[in-house]
Amino acid sequence: MEIYGKTVEELFVNAAFAIGDLMTDLQNVEVTKVRRIVAEGTDWEDLLVNYLREVLYLFNGEGLLLGDYAIIEVDPWHVVGEARGEPFDPNRHRINTEIKAVTYHQALVRETEAGWIGRVVFDV
Amino acid sequence: MSEIKLEKIDEYRWMIPPVGGMRVPGIIYSSEELIREMGTDESPKQVANVAHLPGIVKYSLAMPDMHWGYGFPIGGVAAFDMDRGVISPGGVGYDINCGCRLMTTRLSLDDIRDCLQYLVVALFRDIPTGVGSKGVLKLSVKEEKKVLEKGAKWAVDQGYGTPDDLEATEDRGRMEGADPEQVSTKALERGREQLGTLGSGNHFLEIEVVEEIFDEAVAAAFGLEKDQIAILIHSGSRGLGYQICDDYLAKMVKHVGELGLSLPDRQLACAYLSSDQGKSYLSAMACAANYAWANRQMLMHWTRETFARVLHKSPREIGMRLLYDVCHNIAKIETFTVDERQVKLCVHRKGATRAFPPGHPSLPGRYLKVGQPVLIPGDMGTGSYVLVGTEKAMKDTFGSTCHGAGRVMSRNQATRVSSGRSIAKEMAAKGIIVMATGKGTLREEIPEAYKNLDQVVQVVHEAGISKKVARLRSLGCIKG
Repeated sequence: MEIYGKTVEELFVNAAFAIGDLMTDLQNVEVTKVRRIVAEGTDWEDLLVNYLREVLYLFNGEGLLLGDYAIIEVDPWHVVGEARGEPFDPNRHRINTEIKAVTYHQALVRETEAGWIGRVVFDV
Repeated sequence: MSEIKLEKIDEYRWMIPPVGGMRVPGIIYSSEELIREMGTDESPKQVANVAHLPGIVKYSLAMPDMHWGYGFPIGGVAAFDMDRGVISPGGVGYDINCGCRLMTTRLSLDDIRDCLQYLVVALFRDIPTGVGSKGVLKLSVKEEKKVLEKGAKWAVDQGYGTPDDLEATEDRGRMEGADPEQVSTKALERGREQLGTLGSGNHFLEIEVVEEIFDEAVAAAFGLEKDQIAILIHSGSRGLGYQICDDYLAKMVKHVGELGLSLPDRQLACAYLSSDQGKSYLSAMACAANYAWANRQMLMHWTRETFARVLHKSPREIGMRLLYDVCHNIAKIETFTVDERQVKLCVHRKGATRAFPPGHPSLPGRYLKVGQPVLIPGDMGTGSYVLVGTEKAMKDTFGSTCHGAGRVMSRNQATRVSSGRSIAKEMAAKGIIVMATGKGTLREEIPEAYKNLDQVVQVVHEAGISKKVARLRSLGCIKG
């Protein structure tokens, strides 16, 4: 998956949104829960992978479908963000693609003149 | 093909000579046709990448079902020195102790022909399948930790099966050294509701019939005969194993940075076996292995119950007996002869199956004279093979052989090429009843997405690293 953002905050928000978008139709997801997401990394790539792992855990571990993200603070070693959504309900939500894990394979984060580019491979 | 040079050693082996940072050569078991079909698959490069890891012994191996994986190739086997070598979560895989168990019965094809459809429907209803499916249990964390420590024995103690089942399970369904304190809260949370579930993707439960016997004597020792009904379960450690792999990958990426170790791929992140980090992963991995064995034990128990109910027969009449249970995503500490010395090594098998020879002390008594049963699941509708372990595997492949057909198409590709087709109908036309929870699962799992199972098995048979015993044909299958 390739992700773009004008800023690094936008890159992280778009990457997290893409996970939910691949999994389900986010238009059917209401906002009833808010979760704080905190991750650490050794560089931008590691940080993005670790952040997305936390995002994915909110579904795989807590059963939450999330579609609305914000980044509160970010540097190459830390990120703090928020996510909004609701508990997965098999009667209302359909899982289109199961994402099992976020991998390091070809993980990339670059700042370019046009903005930020990221690449992450998911295990589906 | 990737930029890697392959040199043919003999009819079934190719070598990747050590270049650059490779500490040992790579050796790939394959055939001309399978090598050709591999096309641009990057897995030979991954075989070479694994050869860069510290303390790797003799060679980085790949089985004929090899295909691209994260870090290590799937179908990869690599052994490491206990003092100088490493352990890598990517060399085990996300689904720790993904594996197979095969149950034989006293039933023949004629006994179930008329009620096959009912059996498949009943199994589909009774056995939780699909993405994030929840089991009938919601374990307390305290109870879950007992599962992680005791493995299949926990399930048997709870009434899911008999002690005889444990005899026929690799490591008796319990890996030593499991320490639940090394498992994160997240992993425990993911595991609590998923015990006793099949999962999704390529996991399945299949009713099969023994179609052909290749070795009468070994088949008799395994309790296999022609036209007999058997059931194959392919499942693993569910979200718990995934989370453990993920947690330790993150830790080890950091650790590798601190050690200043240069690796060709982050996904190969590892720790020395002698280090606290390495020991901690091994303990957590053993927990996931035990969870998977308990899981398959429970799935088998419900299969026994469903058969008895649908067929109106007693368990004794059905005689569903565990032939064997093997894992094919694991790291094991085992003893081998290297340079005429007996040494303990840590063998990573990622999409590879243990194949121990006759007489090996870890075999159940009933198989001691013939060797370890090796279970090779095929792709949907193909059936499976039962092989037996050999002395040659002990000598050449750290007691390992292939694990299945191996993908040639990614899940996305398979979905694309099968667009507009009804896979369930195509299977039905071949006389195979298939039911799946996920709407995309059948298309992702089309037979064309996999290598030819017969070819893969022929390579390991001819190369002598396991021997064909029987081939089973698929009759009905439930999937996630």
